[in-house]
Amino acid sequence: MDLIRDLAVQGAQMLLVLLLAPLLLGFTRKVKARMLRRRGPPILQPYRDLLRLIRKEAVLAENASWLFRSAPYMIFAATWVAAALVPTFATGLTFSWTADLIAITALIGSSRFFLALVGMDVGTSFGGIGSSREMMFASLAEPAMIMIAFTVALVAGSTQLSVVANYMLTHASLRVSLGLALVALVIVAIAENARIPVDNPATHLELTMVHEAMVLEYSGRHLAVIELAAALKLLLYVSLIGCIFAPWGLAQAGGGLAGYCVGVATYLGKLAVGGFLLVLLETSIAKMRVFRVPNFLGIALMLGLLGTLLLFMSRSF
Amino acid sequence: MRLSPADLPFEPVTAVLLIPAAAAVLLALLPGYWLSARLNVLAALATLLSALSLLVQRPAPTGYLFVDDLNIVFIVLGAFVGFTTSAFSTSYIGHELETGRLTPTHLRFYHAMYQTLMFAMNLGLLANNIGVMWVAVELATLTTVLMVGIYRTPEALEAAWKYFILGSVGIALALFGTILVYMAARPVLGEGQDAMVWTALIEKAHGFSPNLLNVAFIFLMLGYGTKVGLAPLHAWLPDAHAEGPTPISAVLSGLLLNVALYVLLRFKMLMAANPAAIPPGPLMVTMGLVSLIFAGFMLYRRRDIKRMFAYSSIEHMGLITFAFGMGGPLANFAGLLHMTMHSLTKSAIFFAVGHIAQAKGTQRIADIRGLTESHPVLGWGLVLGVVAIAGLPPLGIFMSEFLIVSSTFARAPLLALLVVFGLLLALGALLLRLGEVAFGEPTGSTAPVKASYVPLFAHLALVLAAGIYLPGPLVAWFQAVARLLG
Amino acid sequence: MGNLSLDIAHMLAGGMVLLSFMLLYQDRMYALLNVFALHAVVLSASVAWQAHIQSAPHLYVTAVIALVLKAIIIPLALRRIVAQLGIHRTIETVVSVGPTMLAGMGLVGLSMVVMLKAAAEADPLAREDLAFALSVLLLGLLMMVTRRNAVSQVIGFMSLENGLILAATGAKGMPLVVEISVAFSVLVAFIVIGVFLFRIRERFDSVDIEALDVFRGDQR
Repeated sequence: MDLIRDLAVQGAQMLLVLLLAPLLLGFTRKVKARMLRRRGPPILQPYRDLLRLIRKEAVLAENASWLFRSAPYMIFAATWVAAALVPTFATGLTFSWTADLIAITALIGSSRFFLALVGMDVGTSFGGIGSSREMMFASLAEPAMIMIAFTVALVAGSTQLSVVANYMLTHASLRVSLGLALVALVIVAIAENARIPVDNPATHLELTMVHEAMVLEYSGRHLAVIELAAALKLLLYVSLIGCIFAPWGLAQAGGGLAGYCVGVATYLGKLAVGGFLLVLLETSIAKMRVFRVPNFLGIALMLGLLGTLLLFMSRSF
Repeated sequence: MRLSPADLPFEPVTAVLLIPAAAAVLLALLPGYWLSARLNVLAALATLLSALSLLVQRPAPTGYLFVDDLNIVFIVLGAFVGFTTSAFSTSYIGHELETGRLTPTHLRFYHAMYQTLMFAMNLGLLANNIGVMWVAVELATLTTVLMVGIYRTPEALEAAWKYFILGSVGIALALFGTILVYMAARPVLGEGQDAMVWTALIEKAHGFSPNLLNVAFIFLMLGYGTKVGLAPLHAWLPDAHAEGPTPISAVLSGLLLNVALYVLLRFKMLMAANPAAIPPGPLMVTMGLVSLIFAGFMLYRRRDIKRMFAYSSIEHMGLITFAFGMGGPLANFAGLLHMTMHSLTKSAIFFAVGHIAQAKGTQRIADIRGLTESHPVLGWGLVLGVVAIAGLPPLGIFMSEFLIVSSTFARAPLLALLVVFGLLLALGALLLRLGEVAFGEPTGSTAPVKASYVPLFAHLALVLAAGIYLPGPLVAWFQAVARLLG
Repeated sequence: MGNLSLDIAHMLAGGMVLLSFMLLYQDRMYALLNVFALHAVVLSASVAWQAHIQSAPHLYVTAVIALVLKAIIIPLALRRIVAQLGIHRTIETVVSVGPTMLAGMGLVGLSMVVMLKAAAEADPLAREDLAFALSVLLLGLLMMVTRRNAVSQVIGFMSLENGLILAATGAKGMPLVVEISVAFSVLVAFIVIGVFLFRIRERFDSVDIEALDVFRGDQR
């Protein structure tokens, strides 16, 4: 009985992230439009886009390989698993023992790997540009993410996200290393999700595309799956920041329905706040030139390094 | 011989500080050159008299100022050199005014800064508080930087900028070292004033944390060592000497380097009082030796006469640091004697060189020839000065160099060999250049120059006298200080 | 002095180290001046906080001096100088940003190791504040060494001085802090603003240090 209930709660989390991802995307687009004094698309528009894409025919290039056809599903699977593992409304769920920061980084890394491969698969120049740029960003973003994982782990005593969230909840304090890790994580999140100032998610100009360039050849259901994966990735990072640095409202495992409802409500609030802040950043800053992005990501790497260094020196940092 | 405090109508310590300060303010306001120059000399004389009266009446140490055997030497020496340099500067600057290199507004500034420099150096020497020491050295840096750049030529600006940057970085590092000394003293002496008072620090230094003292000394060595001109921190020194007005070169070499070394010595005494801290000697020995040999080599390729003598200053300060690093009564005595002799000799040389440069209109060695024929007094004065600074007997520097070498030879023969090597290098270069400059066919203008020869020969006479015979009380006094230094 | 006050002191000092890195990263003059002004603001906040937790009201004076002089007057004056000299271009560096940042990280690591070992007996607040202060000092030194433009070298020196003021206020109960900080600020302000940059302007068309090196007197 308990097992079924726990599995149900875990399954609810998996479904929740899947359903909320397009909502978050639509919310950010709406807020951005409002900030720019446009009316903007309806909040539920991404759902309609996905349904439309699924119903369309998938057109493939002649020299597309089996990788091209299967990669979208692999990318989606990796991203969904990673997003589903991050505690959203409750900690200590059934599969939470697998929710390791480093494992999540690895999952994101493998989805990025496949994405870069398919960018080069068909042999167009756009895809090649996108893949090479993506890999250049990844070569700095991944070490930065690992450094952030180290910093958080040194503070909380474990890389498992449920343990981290519980620790942050009980030992709330201002710490220099956590401040540095937060800034670094925000920078990495911006870079990974292809948001301004690293990449414009709405552009299709050759000079400025990174993520869009890699998926330029996709259409129909493949494109739908990849778009959903991108939305899940954004949700993943926002919930990661919320879980580690703003863990209030997270319910304990086996806490009863009321606790879960409170958890879900606070989670929705965190998503809204996160989306709003993201849009605020995007509308107040211009996109960087591509060769300056490594400097930007270098900052994240350095902050992560600095945080780890400080913690190695003295645990009271 | 000590009078009681009621015997003198004024407080000498206050006078030593107050006279330059008041003179600085006054000189900043006076417009005419003739009056300012005379007032400058008068103020310097008054300071000298107050310093001499310190010999007879020594006040009790306060939290900020104190006089003991070590700093009384330098106060009197500083006041004397300041006085003679001000006399030299009267004629030198007069000539600069005539040729138009300096304008009257510059002069008010120059004289005011000169007296401010005297004030800062006296404050640094008299200070009992390590914070006040630092402020004094910083003020001295500030004033000399401003004076080095006074000619406003591109070379002078580069020299002044380099001096500013390197000097300020040195000052900053020295401040960090001072803060660390306070941190080390605080657990023992409590917070507040007491932990910065030197007389209190030296008593309790054995109880300080050795790790903190080690780090502090490294910073202090780097910081104040920059001001002393030890290689590799010396880069500002040649340019500052070459491009500034000659009286400033004389004061820099003769006084400011000494004050910086004095402050370093105070901290060395602190370090030596703590047995668990690293012995400060080896570090000083190394830096001194490196400066000595480096400057010895650099002397050969100099083409500007003032720059050459600037490297000679680096060499001698290196030797003095080496001597104090070696430690022990004989080496310390020799170091003190050398500081005094070098101060007098180097400023004398700069007095001569200043007038020579004015007479010939150039500072390039290649363009100066046959001085003993064209300007015999200056020429022979320079010859005597260079012979003195090269360390030839019977002048004073030979005595101190001999003592340093012999005391080192008894303990570390290899180091003594290196010292002798460096000294011989310098000797060779100096005599070579002297031969070029003083003898041979005269070049350039042979017009007589209005020069003041009294300061030059007064210094050289003192150096000669010290080389032949050191009066007993003086020897006893130096020996007492040498024992203090440990 | 609870844990929170310690944490806030650390945050402010750590913020200064962060801003020192940002100073190293800037390559545009006005952005550099803005970041420096922010550096001075964080310094005055840190000094004010130290004044609060040490109950040392004279430190408030230091905080106000830092705020008025370093955060307002000097950046404004430098801005005018930059406009008058016409330096709107990017700042040339001796080494590119990447190795500079790595060197900066190395220096921070070094200062942490040195200070935390050396001051092991002192109380944690002072020890860690000194470690941060030494980092800011070394980063300022790094900035002076890796810049070719006179104005950016001066800003490097001023950030070094900020680190020293942080150290002086972190050392609890140090007397003469206000006097020392005033003396130091006088040194900087006097030289920088009034004297050299304008004199350099009289002689050169640029404030590039390399142009100055041509007039080196004796060639080494």
